[in-house]
Amino acid sequence: MNIQEMILTLQKHWSEENCILMQAYDTEKGAGTMSPMTLLRSLGPEPWNVAYVEPSRRPADGRYGENPNRLYQHHQFQVIMKPSPDNIQELYLESLKKLGIDPLAHDIRFVEDNWENPTLGAAGLGWEVWLDGMEITQFTYFQQIGGLEANPVTVEITYGIERLASYIQDKENVFELEWNNGVTVRDIFYQPEYEHSKYTFEESNTEMLFQLFSMYEEEARATMEKGLVFPAYDYVLKCSHTFNLLDAKGVISVTERTGYISRIRNLARSIAKIYVAEREKLGFPMLQKEEN
Amino acid sequence: MAKDVLIEIGLEELPARFIDDAEKQLLSKATKWLEEQRISFDSVTSFSTPRRLAVKISNIAEYQTTIEEEAKGPAEKIAKDENGEWTKAAIGFTKGQGKTPDDIYTKEIKGISYIFVKKHIDGKPVSDLLPEFKGIIESIQFGKNMRWASETLRYARPIRWLVALYGNDAIPFEITGVQTANKTVGHRFLGKEITLNDPSEYESSLAENYVVVNSKEREKLILKGIEALEKENGFKIPVDADLLAEVRNLVEYPTVFMGSFEDKFLHLPAEVLITSMKEHQRYFPVITKDGDLLPHFIGVRNGDDHHLGTVARGNEKVLRARLSDGEFFFEEDKKQSISYYQEKLDRVVFQEKLGTISDKVKRIIAITESITDLLELEESAKKKALRAAEISKFDLMTNMVNEFTELQGVIGEKYAVHFGEDADVAQAIREHYLPKQANGDLPDTLIGAIVSIADKVDTIVGCISVGLIPTGSQDPYGLRRQAAGILRIMENRKWDVSLEEILDAALSVYQQTQIEQHSNEEVQKELNEFFRHRAVFLLKEMDIAQDVIHAVLHAEVGRFDYTISKAKILADKRNDESFKPVQEALTRVLNLSDKAGDTDSITPERFVTDTEKELFEKYRSAKKDFPAYNQVKAADDALSSLAELAEPIHEFFENNMVMTDDIKIRANRLGLIHELSLMIKDFADFRIIEWKQQF
Repeated sequence: MNIQEMILTLQKHWSEENCILMQAYDTEKGAGTMSPMTLLRSLGPEPWNVAYVEPSRRPADGRYGENPNRLYQHHQFQVIMKPSPDNIQELYLESLKKLGIDPLAHDIRFVEDNWENPTLGAAGLGWEVWLDGMEITQFTYFQQIGGLEANPVTVEITYGIERLASYIQDKENVFELEWNNGVTVRDIFYQPEYEHSKYTFEESNTEMLFQLFSMYEEEARATMEKGLVFPAYDYVLKCSHTFNLLDAKGVISVTERTGYISRIRNLARSIAKIYVAEREKLGFPMLQKEEN
Repeated sequence: MAKDVLIEIGLEELPARFIDDAEKQLLSKATKWLEEQRISFDSVTSFSTPRRLAVKISNIAEYQTTIEEEAKGPAEKIAKDENGEWTKAAIGFTKGQGKTPDDIYTKEIKGISYIFVKKHIDGKPVSDLLPEFKGIIESIQFGKNMRWASETLRYARPIRWLVALYGNDAIPFEITGVQTANKTVGHRFLGKEITLNDPSEYESSLAENYVVVNSKEREKLILKGIEALEKENGFKIPVDADLLAEVRNLVEYPTVFMGSFEDKFLHLPAEVLITSMKEHQRYFPVITKDGDLLPHFIGVRNGDDHHLGTVARGNEKVLRARLSDGEFFFEEDKKQSISYYQEKLDRVVFQEKLGTISDKVKRIIAITESITDLLELEESAKKKALRAAEISKFDLMTNMVNEFTELQGVIGEKYAVHFGEDADVAQAIREHYLPKQANGDLPDTLIGAIVSIADKVDTIVGCISVGLIPTGSQDPYGLRRQAAGILRIMENRKWDVSLEEILDAALSVYQQTQIEQHSNEEVQKELNEFFRHRAVFLLKEMDIAQDVIHAVLHAEVGRFDYTISKAKILADKRNDESFKPVQEALTRVLNLSDKAGDTDSITPERFVTDTEKELFEKYRSAKKDFPAYNQVKAADDALSSLAELAEPIHEFFENNMVMTDDIKIRANRLGLIHELSLMIKDFADFRIIEWKQQF
């Protein structure tokens, strides 16, 4: 099964479970969790079920396209369900079967792994799912988001697309994976991997990035003060990615690092509060929709 | 016929580390509840797997045990009026007890007659009480709890089904919307839904559905599989007890399999291979009869042996990826030099107020130097210790330690040898992290011990200097563990150096830094208090009684091995009645010494009576030997020399008035008492020891 078919299979599976199929969010981010479709929507009482593929950028993992396992940008398939359904594990296992993974021919396990993202003030409890010893999915019940208690609780399922594909296609090197028949990951992503690595580690304009960070931070603040949650959050994402670029280049010392992380966290926390307040002003529309 | 009860909590996969304890809690809570409820039974058995916690009660009584008791009412004179009729008070009392005045009888208590009725409490049917298991289930404590969906209960993982059977009837209750029933589920993939007709079917029905509900059974199955592979292949699989306990709680139906990796990875440091296998993947490493690692590993699958080859191949692939990473790091790291990594330490913060790791290393070097001076180490050993201190942290900057953080020190030793450092210096890099746990291994080498203490003392003195003192369960820098480590090393090394000398050295190193610290006096007080607590704790672990511990630690921790010897001999003497007069004599001196002033000193010519002259003589001869015994830490001899003073002390008090009106004689006698008390206190404060309790 090629990656394209995998994505189609997962989309079909989760859309049948009433997830809204979204497209990737158009601002750079390190993980699918950071999409406003997860981070903001998992806040507050409104129900929310969504699935989408998220290209995730991790500048520090860039390896000039030379490492068989690490990528500057990989893909996550993200499923978010609020409140968490009682049969969520079964729904997930069903999706693996549809991907051609016969649980009787493998060893599938839920191994404790508690997830935490300090920059987002987010934490959850759950597992990493092991397929014959390999971590293929992060499975988390959110307990806290943006510093606020998650209530009702959202469950997040994050499939590592390339990981899973390397198992399904039995390939040792991520660049050999078939995206569709005849086109490999190398064909599509080798050049951007190389160039982004070179940019990140060698060519990026450090001074400009530091300036941008401050500008984005300022804009996020100003915007959120006007109650404009989504634009403000976009600037938080920009801050986060800019920080990741600087951090990967090694120009942020350890002390400064904690400082930057807490600056982003403070923004995320403020936005979380404002988001819930704004939704409340609107009368939590998704809640009413469900009641009708 | 008496029935059995079965309670099973079905959960999404519990963290392996919580399972044994949760099972234990369920068992003890159920047993306690049965006893409190006066419900008799034959036995209670508990079970657990990653997906279930269960308890079975066999032959449970149908009713609670009935109670016969008497209820006491008012005094007879209140219960009867002048006509001998029952008063309102009496009638009210019987009503309250569900009785009538006909049931009243009287009894005298302390000369006063009271009215009573006999009360009979019928046992309730047990079936009415069993729903209380809801509370028992909800009260199980886990290390970390979560919420799910819109539920308010906090539990380790979501509850998905509940079995509660009394004979073949369901016990009705619900938790988080899950209603009890007689249905459970088998293995996630190999089993099916099971209807239980009776609690007695529990283990066998689940076994048929690929769930071994007894965790010890699962452990046995794993061990059997391991032994079979050992026999078949002629190699050895050392079974780590912790890993075994974890692995058995990651599966419901264990099947052991073997996987292999390429020989080329065997040149990696063994610790890298072992950590990858054990910590990251939960595999058991495989060794030859001589203890060398072989390129195989043993995994435990949650399932049967179908397609076991596929599972093994998948696991091999994961391990190969990890080891390839390890190999890449190993080769890259070796291309650099120690100084390359040393420079990088400048950029890593140790603690916000205490500077970078580079700053810390500089302090470790200075403290190491002080310790080598205190120990009067010869020049070559001192040089090695200083070099070990200097490069003690370089490996923290390598790719390998960045990836395998638990291998700090271990990798340092390997790389230091590679970079041409002296073998003792390299070993000290590894050893300076020891001991890692409360009873963990101590450094084998002198240099390792010195740098270990220097590193730990630096952390403790530093943290306490800037006010980072552990409170309650909060000890983020592990100061308590490190303090205990220091004391254990001192005990083990038997150095002629006291803890206080080492602390002073560290304090003076800190005073030469720019770090903003609390006042020296304050820090010293906190430090003494902190270490004293650790010393008390360690002595308690040696089963030494509280009073003896406080007697030997009354002033300082000192040379800890000697402090321990003193405590041990006192703990022993404490049971010896003949020692009682000695303690009394020494205590008398100590009590009176508080009255002596600073100016009281001895003028030998002013001793007038025979007994005081005698005591003075004995004191002089004891004083000759005592410091020598102290020096060689001969606690026996030191105590004996104090014991020899007991008789003259008694004689002295018998025949002399210390607080005499003659000021000069009084001062002279007080001076003697003062001198004696210094010697005695040097050993222990005998006043704290509670001798009497022992006889």
